[in-house]
Amino acid sequence: MSEIDPGVVRYVADLARIALTDAEVERFTVQLSVVLDSVGRLREVDTEAIPPTASVLPLHNVMREDEVRPGLTLDEAMRNAPARDGDLFRVQTVIEERPSG
Amino acid sequence: MAEPRTILEVAETLRDLEASAVDLARAAIDRARADPFNAWLTVTEDRALAQARAADERIASGDAPLLCGVPWACKDIIGTKDVETTAGSRILAGYVPPYSATVVERLDREGAVMIGKTNLDEFAMGSSNENSAFGPVRNPWDPSRVPGGSSGGSAVSVASGEVVFALGTDTGGSIRQPAALTGVTGMKPTYGRVSRYGVVAFASSLDQVGPFTTTVEDSAIVCQALFGKDPADATTMPLDREDLRRGLGDGVKGMRLGVPKEYFVKGIEPGVESAVRAAIRELERQGASIEEVSLPSTDHALGVYYIIQPAEASANLARYDGVRYGLRVEGRDLVDTYKRTRGAGFGAEVKRRMILGTYALSTGYYDAYYVKAQKVRTVIKAEFERVFERVDALLTPTSPTVAFGIGSKVNDPLSMYLNDVFTLPVNIAGLPGISIPCGLSEALPVGLQVIAGYDQEATMFRVAAAYERATEHHRMRPPERAKEVAR
Repeated sequence: MSEIDPGVVRYVADLARIALTDAEVERFTVQLSVVLDSVGRLREVDTEAIPPTASVLPLHNVMREDEVRPGLTLDEAMRNAPARDGDLFRVQTVIEERPSG
Repeated sequence: MAEPRTILEVAETLRDLEASAVDLARAAIDRARADPFNAWLTVTEDRALAQARAADERIASGDAPLLCGVPWACKDIIGTKDVETTAGSRILAGYVPPYSATVVERLDREGAVMIGKTNLDEFAMGSSNENSAFGPVRNPWDPSRVPGGSSGGSAVSVASGEVVFALGTDTGGSIRQPAALTGVTGMKPTYGRVSRYGVVAFASSLDQVGPFTTTVEDSAIVCQALFGKDPADATTMPLDREDLRRGLGDGVKGMRLGVPKEYFVKGIEPGVESAVRAAIRELERQGASIEEVSLPSTDHALGVYYIIQPAEASANLARYDGVRYGLRVEGRDLVDTYKRTRGAGFGAEVKRRMILGTYALSTGYYDAYYVKAQKVRTVIKAEFERVFERVDALLTPTSPTVAFGIGSKVNDPLSMYLNDVFTLPVNIAGLPGISIPCGLSEALPVGLQVIAGYDQEATMFRVAAAYERATEHHRMRPPERAKEVAR
């Protein structure tokens, strides 16, 4: 049996930065248990002497000249911004002000 | 004038001045607008007509490439400059890329005319097109059924004759499976053949762009335009240009074709199996030698895929945080904003895969799941390599079933994932695969998959073309009455 329970789903959703409703937690726990039981069958394969494959490409360390090329303008790069402040993306404050005194 | 359905027919029509590229573009735009299957998300009329006018000038000047003036449809996960690109997700609704994907630029350069953007499963995650934030796509053969996915809109745009070809993306079967379920030709290139630059990333070691067409030759023509090294994508292979159409007329006499026994087991519908077996007999009749072969780890491909793919996706989709583009739902602080944005912006299937992928990459499970899957990936790839020492190509069903009913599998992810059990091993190994129509079962299309060795697209096309030439299945069209039913 798989090790997924609602607490694990909540914890992993938190790592993935996804807010879930209680109903989603419940449903995903059941659905992901079934999927993990299935993929867990990989344990049956003997891979003792097998190296992992990250990419099928026979390429390593692809290099190119470090040349200056035209890129996007600031306005092009920022035109989909949900909130903008001049040349900056606006977000909520992440550094709290030090309490005075 | 009969509406031209293939690239060669369009080229002839335009050269003989039976119609202009503008005429063809207007007709395609009208068909896209009247589409009753929800295949289209955006119709780009102004862009299309401007391209068509330019194509007509090029044709008049007497030196136009084959694709010049040909109307096509683009899966909405492929970025298009100044044209909304949503990836089928609420989180990207309204997103307008400041640049085009390399594949779009290459087709633009050939003079092809993009009619618009097609519907898909959100971030290409799905096998039925029911996971789109903009509603499911329906199958033109039976509107109560799915068209397959994730490139369902692109498949339907070609199957229903709205455009001559379409682009899709294929991570575990997302071109070949919907091609099979809608009765058209769908092709996934060798990993590294086609640039992924400007394509919304899903699982980067598996994703490839490829075409939907009505013939094998058209598939080769579109691939010819797409293939090649792109300095903007370091995973494209520096291969010499080759003529992909060179073997189309050569036939299969003397070729060795393998039939992997693990692809004819439980879960395959009898009607699908008999259509595929008949196709294999046809190729044998033409002089190919058919050999049963074994890919013993096929059964583990689904497990490998459903670890590696969600793991890569969970990393790729980390960028949707509501800061630089896309949806933002404000929370009490920045981390809460991330969570609310992603909770509101992603659909159920994307959330499931983000959780699965994050879990497989998390401390304590990384070795047991992710590294284990990468090791079994090595085993699967080696089994294919061994088989291709003996045979020139493999013949399999594309999908174990014909098109299924809308809603019939949405609450059972594992049974949905099993739709791709014959296509995803090809992505795991990075090989080229094509699905071509090989008949009907219960009045619905069945696909034959031809898989070839690494970079052996020309061999794959040669086998597929030999079958197509001897049969009429690629000329099958969905019943006209389905359009009325869908409306």
